[in-house]
Amino acid sequence: MPGSQMIMYEEEYQEISVIINKLLKEANAKSIFLVDKNGQLIASCGDTDELDSTSLASLTAGNIAATGGLAKLIGEKEFSILFHEGEKDNIHLSIIAQRVILVVIFDRKSSLGLVRLRVKKASDSITKIFESLMKRIEDESAAGPESPFAEITDDDIDNLFK
Amino acid sequence: MSFINYSSREINCKIVYYGPGLCGKTSNLQFIYNKTNPQTRGKMISLATETERTLFFDFLPLALGEIRGFKVRFHLYTVPGQVFYDASRKLILKGVDGVVFVADSQVERMEANIESVENLKENLLEHGYNLDDLPYVIQYNKRDLENIVSLDEMREALNERGIPDFEGCATSGKGVFETLKSIAKEILMVLKSGIK
Ligand SMILES: Nc1nc2c(ncn2[C@@H]2O[C@H](COP(=O)(O)OP(=O)(O)OP(=O)(O)O)[C@@H](O)[C@H]2O)c(=O)[nH]1
Ligand SMILES: [Mg+2]
Repeated sequence: MPGSQMIMYEEEYQEISVIINKLLKEANAKSIFLVDKNGQLIASCGDTDELDSTSLASLTAGNIAATGGLAKLIGEKEFSILFHEGEKDNIHLSIIAQRVILVVIFDRKSSLGLVRLRVKKASDSITKIFESLMKRIEDESAAGPESPFAEITDDDIDNLFK
Repeated sequence: MSFINYSSREINCKIVYYGPGLCGKTSNLQFIYNKTNPQTRGKMISLATETERTLFFDFLPLALGEIRGFKVRFHLYTVPGQVFYDASRKLILKGVDGVVFVADSQVERMEANIESVENLKENLLEHGYNLDDLPYVIQYNKRDLENIVSLDEMREALNERGIPDFEGCATSGKGVFETLKSIAKEILMVLKSGIK
């Protein structure tokens, strides 16, 4: 299989939570989501209750995939930052470490300049975490196929469809 | 490429429904959406044209239950089947864990089925996947119609590998859950054999 399996461990998750919560405050944002390029939600913070975060994650990934396709068409590698401006709320999307998408939702209480500035700093920290996470995933999968699903039975699967 | 989250104890897998235009991919997801209880499923998103042809994708998240203390979630996607949407089809395949090929059983769509399988193989290869190594099941859809190809002929044309296959009618729901269950099983079996 190309690329490596995505795994999130408790430790890295906590580190990411700290960073995005800090970013939320410093950028005066409403909410922040970290999404895998394949459309899976990794972490979120802020005002996330009224939002359907699963849909948000999938559409974000679709959006990034489509603009990535456009980028290639004109000979760019990717567009690493996207900004969508609404009447009240805005969305700032940035690609981090080539594989995750940082989504910052903000309104008039903040500004594009401030969000950009703070995102840049947070991106560096998140990149470091993902670099070490990818290394950890590699090491642990090289150590053996230690999967929590190693003991799965047909019954387990049948039960899912009851 | 499934995503295992030890922190929230969740595992996410991506299933893509592939097949020629109008074969019934969106209908499969709609039937699943209508028949699963609201606690199990999230919102279904359809990015479609005004005539209800898929433009980019349909998306349906399902949280079926738990295995070994992990919540098992499946993210179901359909691709747009119309030939000229190939760039979008390719994008949707990124990170796929398993493919359901929905074939249109009507005689006049047989060529389109075969072209679509070829297109699937090519697009997977561009992501570095080989269809032969991927969890894969086939649904022969529209079995309720009159002018259809026999099951044997469809198998011969589309299922040389002998993967799990099902007769279906996506509008009435025949075969829809059998197909989903089968691909889910294939994917979980890959996970069982170890992280790839
Ligand atoms: N008779 C019959 N009609 C079906 C069946 N499945 C789907 N249809 C009809 O076929 C048409 C196309 O179905 P869709 O599910 O939108 O097809 P699709 O594969 O998503 O098409 P694209 O989005 O263009 O790729 C609709 O009018 C459906 O009602 C079936 O099993 N039997
Ligand atoms: Mg469709």
